[in-house]
Amino acid sequence: MSRRWNIRRTLGGRQPALAAAVEAAAGEPGVEASPVEIAPNDPLVAYFQGTTGPVDLDSLDLDSPAVADLRAAGARMVVPLVSQGELIGLLNLGPRRSEQEYSADDRKLLADLAGHAAPAVRVAQLVREQQAEIRERERIEGELEVARLIQQQFLPHELPELPGWHVAAYYKPARQVGGDFYDFLDLPDGQIGIVVGDVTDKGVPAALVMATTHSILRAEAPRLVSPGEVLGRANDLLVTEMPAHMFVTCLYAVLDPTSGRLRYANAGHNLPYLRTEDGVVELRATGMPLGLLPGMDYEEKEATLAPGADLLLHSDGLAEAHGPERQMFGFPRLAKLAAEGKSGQELIDLLLNELAKFTGPGWEQEDDITLVTLRRSSGEAAAGSTALTEFEVASEPGNERIAIERVAAAVGDLDLPAARLERLKTAVGEAVMNAIEHGNRNRPELPVGVLVAVSGAELSVRVTDQGGDRPALQPERPDLEAKLAGEQSPRGWGLFLIESMVDELRTSADERQHAVELIVRLEGVEDHG
Amino acid sequence: MAEFRAAVRQRAGAVVVDLHGQIDVAADGPLAAAYAEAASQGPGAIVLNFEEVDYINSTGIALIVGLLARARKERRAIGACGLTDHYREIFEITRLSDFMGIYADEDSAAGAPAAAGNTGRQG
Repeated sequence: MSRRWNIRRTLGGRQPALAAAVEAAAGEPGVEASPVEIAPNDPLVAYFQGTTGPVDLDSLDLDSPAVADLRAAGARMVVPLVSQGELIGLLNLGPRRSEQEYSADDRKLLADLAGHAAPAVRVAQLVREQQAEIRERERIEGELEVARLIQQQFLPHELPELPGWHVAAYYKPARQVGGDFYDFLDLPDGQIGIVVGDVTDKGVPAALVMATTHSILRAEAPRLVSPGEVLGRANDLLVTEMPAHMFVTCLYAVLDPTSGRLRYANAGHNLPYLRTEDGVVELRATGMPLGLLPGMDYEEKEATLAPGADLLLHSDGLAEAHGPERQMFGFPRLAKLAAEGKSGQELIDLLLNELAKFTGPGWEQEDDITLVTLRRSSGEAAAGSTALTEFEVASEPGNERIAIERVAAAVGDLDLPAARLERLKTAVGEAVMNAIEHGNRNRPELPVGVLVAVSGAELSVRVTDQGGDRPALQPERPDLEAKLAGEQSPRGWGLFLIESMVDELRTSADERQHAVELIVRLEGVEDHG
Repeated sequence: MAEFRAAVRQRAGAVVVDLHGQIDVAADGPLAAAYAEAASQGPGAIVLNFEEVDYINSTGIALIVGLLARARKERRAIGACGLTDHYREIFEITRLSDFMGIYADEDSAAGAPAAAGNTGRQG
């Protein structure tokens, strides 16, 4: 029955109106008249705070729009529904069908009815509120999912492979999905554009602005190349499309992988850190965030990444993370960590571990975290050799397959005979497995480094792990008879296989690292050195 | 990357174990189970069919060595067929081919009476 009364609770002013429906009792029974909205500040509400029991509308002398509306809707009698001292609705009655006045018995009956109905109505209201809250939560979750999908759509699916360079990236959205993005762009003359940006605001609007910025940069960068000009153009295009109160911070850099020359411009984004032999410097260039004002100029600066140099680009999700005492992780701490000499995935792991220590357990990530690192290899590929690829894999079982595929792809242009390629693949797989299991002892956070280089008539694949202290294994021919007789473990084939598969196997170690170098001679193969 | 699986079937002259996917550490359980199933069908030769195998690493070699050791104890002949040139080479380098018959295809593996006697070195 309570469903027939379209009654809502007054929520301390948040809910604008109390609605009440009038039963058109005199006319057609069971037909509900249109609801009457009662403003929370209507004198009628105040009146019922101090009154119990049915009230004759005719006898009410209140300057109340609600009373006028109720009268107009045909109500003659109103009965307040009060639960725990709070007015939660009204029973509104038209004239009696007998056209007689409401009797004292009628009034008593109505008062009793209201007394019993009020708690039930209140329960129904609470259930409805809860259902509405659940629906709202689901709507927000759905929106977050959409934002996440949009964002992921525009993040790079793979990292660029630059001979002599190692690129690593990390991206982790906050639960609320901020607007971080990063990108790598192929530019004329083998140059590469590197973008790291952050849209203010969160959720779907931020994701859409991020998508727009991404598309604009992709369209303009190859044409203009100059980082200052690219940001200036992107700014002018974004100003016209940007929703109010939103803007984009963005660092855009152009790398010439051959010379190590890096040109960059910055639209209000965090300053990248460049680590060289002399320590860490911030790469500064001035410029306003994108999308605020038209016609902005973006300063363009230049730096050189010498062999061994590391570049770290980052969004503020890391530096501006808060610890349990609300203190900030901070840029000085970040700069200090960047100076420690780690690079690539190791640097990213170091930063994330320090962040975890800083925030403590149970931390909810406040903002997206984006990290992009770029290292110019220190020329470990010997003088006169050309690096074909350099990458790392985490020390997890099965990752040797990734290494095999990447090495095979990198040596594709050498046109190795099929059999030699197959042998190299097996050797690489075994060397990486050894590095994962014996060198890094299956600790996923320790990387296995792979450097593929070609020099003269020699192809070299160098596999490095972090187990410099382990004794060097000597390859020897396994004793198959002893194994078949059960006198020896059936295992122990790895090093023997590697040695059998390549022309030469070189091992080296220092206190920290252990390296295996697989050499394949390229006689009879076209010389690419 | 195909997960390893093995299926046992009987044919004239031998029980064939069809191997699929990669033979690495994950193949340990399924390979042993397939061998046990094949062995339960009689004392005859077992042919390992590598036609659908795309990767064998040193751990996989060790699994095959373990299997051969078991077969030797049971005086059972093991044959292999369907190996790519590369893995055939590896079977030769590791001398596995000295202890199991290596055949180009299943028919010659199952039809080879020599399979019954290859419990020692042949090469």
